[in-house]
Order: sequence, then C-alpha cells, then structure tokens
Amino acid sequence: MSKFKKKKGGELPAISTASLPDIVFMLLFFFMVATVMRDSTLMVANTLPAADQVQKLDKKDRVMYIYAGKPSDRYQEKFGTQAKIQLNDKFATVQDVGAFVLAERASKRQELQNVLTTALKVDGETNMGLITDIKQELRKVNALKINYTTRSGDYTQNLK
Amino acid sequence: MAKRSAPEVNAGSMADIAFLLLIFFLVTTTIETDSGLNRKLPPMEDVVDPPVIKERNIFTVVVNKNNDLLVEEKPMEISELRAAAVAFLDNGGGKGKDACDFCQGARDTSSSDNPDKAVISLKNDRETDYKVYIAVQNELVAAYNELRNREFARLYPSAGLSFVEADSKYSDPRTSSSEKEALKPKIDAIKKLLPQKLSEAEPSKTN
Repeated sequence: MSKFKKKKGGELPAISTASLPDIVFMLLFFFMVATVMRDSTLMVANTLPAADQVQKLDKKDRVMYIYAGKPSDRYQEKFGTQAKIQLNDKFATVQDVGAFVLAERASKRQELQNVLTTALKVDGETNMGLITDIKQELRKVNALKINYTTRSGDYTQNLK
Repeated sequence: MAKRSAPEVNAGSMADIAFLLLIFFLVTTTIETDSGLNRKLPPMEDVVDPPVIKERNIFTVVVNKNNDLLVEEKPMEISELRAAAVAFLDNGGGKGKDACDFCQGARDTSSSDNPDKAVISLKNDRETDYKVYIAVQNELVAAYNELRNREFARLYPSAGLSFVEADSKYSDPRTSSSEKEALKPKIDAIKKLLPQKLSEAEPSKTN
C-alpha cells in the first residue's frame, strides 16, 4: 500500500466565488462616493468652447449653473432657434436671472453665501449679446464671481 | 429538547443585488469636475471719479461682429494676440517711480510703463460669437500666466513648480494647510507684481 495515493480524478477544484460580493461592494462604494448626480437635464445645445488656461471650479455646493444656447431639437418647434437661457430645468428670460441667483443664494448655508460662483455653461455658437445681458443681471444682484465653463483644449478649435 | 440550528440564509443573490446597484452608479457617475476661466465682474455702483489712465497704458482689444480682432487700432490674428499682450505688459517703459526693474520688454516709451499700471481693455460686439470671445480671453489670460510663470521661476527657483501649478495647488482642497501657508505669500507677491487688469467695456446703453 503506497502512502502517496494518486488523487482521484484530474479535475481542478472550483474557484471560490465567496469573495465576489466583497469585491463588488468595494466597487459599489467607490462609485457611490464618487458619483455626482446631474441635477438638471439640458434643454439647450451645449457645446462648450475650448480653452487651455483653465482653473478648476470650486466645490459643487458653492456653484450655481446658468445654461444658455439654442434650444435642443425637440424644443425647437416650441421655442424657436434663438439662443435661450436655461435655469433649473426651465427656459428663462434675462430678467429671471437675478431672481434665480437670489433664490439659489438663499438656499445655501450662511457661510457659503458670500463665496458662491456662477458657472456660465454657454454654447459656443451663442452671441455675446446674451452673455453681456446675463453679466449685467449678475452685477445687479452682486454675484460677481463667475466662471466661463469650458472644455479643455486648444483655443484654435474655437475658430473653425 | 433538541437545540435546533438556525437555518442559514442563502447569500448567493447578494452579488446580483450589489451588481445591480453598481451598474446604476456606474451609469449615473460623472467623475470629471468642471473647469473654466474664472473672472470677476466689477461691482455695479457708478464710479464717481474714474481714475485717469494714460493712453499708453491701455491695450485695447476689440472683437467685431464678424469675429475679427482689432488690437491697438490694427487688425490682428488671434494667434498673434498672446505675444502682443506679453510685449505690452512686459514693456516697462516707465521712469522714476514707475520704473519696472524686472521687465524684459522693449522699454518703448509709447507702450506701457509698468505691468501694475498696464490695463487690457476688451470690447466686444453683441453679435460676436461666444467661442471667439473665450478664445480671446484665453489668450489674454495666457499672456498673464506666461509672465507670472517667468517671474515665479525667477523669484522662487527652489519651489520646483510654476505659478499656475502653485495656484492650482493652493486652491486644491486636498493641499495641507501648512503647504498653503507657504504658498500664499509667494502667490500674493506675484499677483501684486503682475496684477490681472482686464477691463471689459460697459455695454453701451443705446442699441
């Protein structure tokens, strides 16, 4: 009788999948922490212009967003093709910007109210007239810190 | 009485549930943070007594409705704007108390005295394209950054990073406060040396 018995069958033992949930949970937690939900759906075309001298935007809770551009295809029938402002899921006029900023400011915590930045996410094809009007409205409500949100890239992409 | 063992809960479907959640978060994630050109608007109040700025200290940039550029009354391509702005800011033509001891420019008496006196004035038409305006802004900021990087490297050669890197490190919330303390005086000194004086024309009231 030999001590070194041949093992029965040559098949490999099944790989234990017991740690699979742990791995998946780890990934899950990573994405949960890293996720920032989009809080408004875009209703305007929004191809941002390119710039390379950019600075990172502040933390999300210190930023309010103003979108502008031509209404996207499915809204064009109703709202035309003129560039429009979008505030919080709604089309708005220039006169609404001030009220929007004040409402946003009031909804933030006290210590953040003075450090808010307004991010202008404006489509590259928009005329400057609209942006000048927005900027005038922002000055009226003393929201002076602005950020022209861009994508990173060389400026020559803007000139085509 | 026989002790009954608690039946084991089947955890086989846990992975499925976790996968479902994982896929949901994967789809909704937008990791990239926004970035852009930070600007500060002037306050609304009317300046009673606007300071007098000498003509030679103003660098006028006009963008018309056809997206053409007029710099110091001469047409120019955007690709030349950065170099022109650097030449203007770095001119250092001032004498006496306006003299600039670090400028490397031409010291032309018809151009700016000192970077802290020099003002870039940007004017655009209502029909200018936003993307062209951003390109112009980008080039003007680039001109300032170029000079600031140069001076930062000259004054703090041991820092091992450029002004732009130092500035973004300073505004990064992950930087420790001791590092911020060390960076702040350097950044402030450079900003004082080369202040970003980029003025935009008030929109004309009649149009």
